[in-house]
Amino acid sequence: MLAEALVLSAILFVIGTAGVLIRRNAIIMFLCVELQLNAVNLSFVALSQYIGIEGQVFVFFIMTVAAAEAAVGLAIIISIFRHYETVNVDNFNLLKW
Amino acid sequence: MVDILFFVFAATAVGGALGVVLLKNPVSSLLFMVGTLASLAGLFVLMEAHFLAAIQVIVYAGAIMVLFLFVIMLLNLGHDYRDDLKRGLGMFTGFAVAGALAGLLVSQLRGVDDTPLAQHFPGPDALDALLAERGIIGAIAHPLFTDYVVAFELVGILLLVALVGAIVIAKRRV
Repeated sequence: MLAEALVLSAILFVIGTAGVLIRRNAIIMFLCVELQLNAVNLSFVALSQYIGIEGQVFVFFIMTVAAAEAAVGLAIIISIFRHYETVNVDNFNLLKW
Repeated sequence: MVDILFFVFAATAVGGALGVVLLKNPVSSLLFMVGTLASLAGLFVLMEAHFLAAIQVIVYAGAIMVLFLFVIMLLNLGHDYRDDLKRGLGMFTGFAVAGALAGLLVSQLRGVDDTPLAQHFPGPDALDALLAERGIIGAIAHPLFTDYVVAFELVGILLLVALVGAIVIAKRRV
């Protein structure tokens, strides 16, 4: 089951990457980043079957950091929405060269 | 039986992920994401990570996704998503980068075999023995409160900082 799980993890990671690149809605891009994090979690859990319980401990930490990231990221999106009245990333070009 | 369940959960996970990326309505995307996270929780159970499966459902599919849903509904994004998906060059670039990444992963994963891993590391039987000896929670709690206790405390501080930061960033100026 290891090879299948790693392939599934790769598929989910690629789908998440494509989502970050082809969407314009900042919240959906953020959701796709969460999808990538979950793909990596799946790799960790699959390998922890062979290498030891430490993989599961790492997934625990990743989930905590993802929760913190989601809270701060959504706060930033709300703050941006107050200024621009949109979450379309094409409108946030203040730092664009 | 386990193999059949694995492929059922894998199929729902990939289908949900495609729904997240391709559906235009943000609320539908979010509900498909909940489906993906629940299937991943099922996969975790098949891989003997029962505690993480519970955390995945409670924290991820429960709390974090509800937070996303609150923000989508607060910002009233349930409509007006005409040009959400990029077209033309943007779409092409996205698929090109994703395709290149897929090629890289395929080239790395080709011929993955668990026999060398089984030679150098304890293997699934050792994990079964550990789970039987300490219990499902104890097996993950013991390293968490001995070897990784500093990281554990730091994660607590990180959550506090994130909590305060989120409130400060999101509140209106008074």
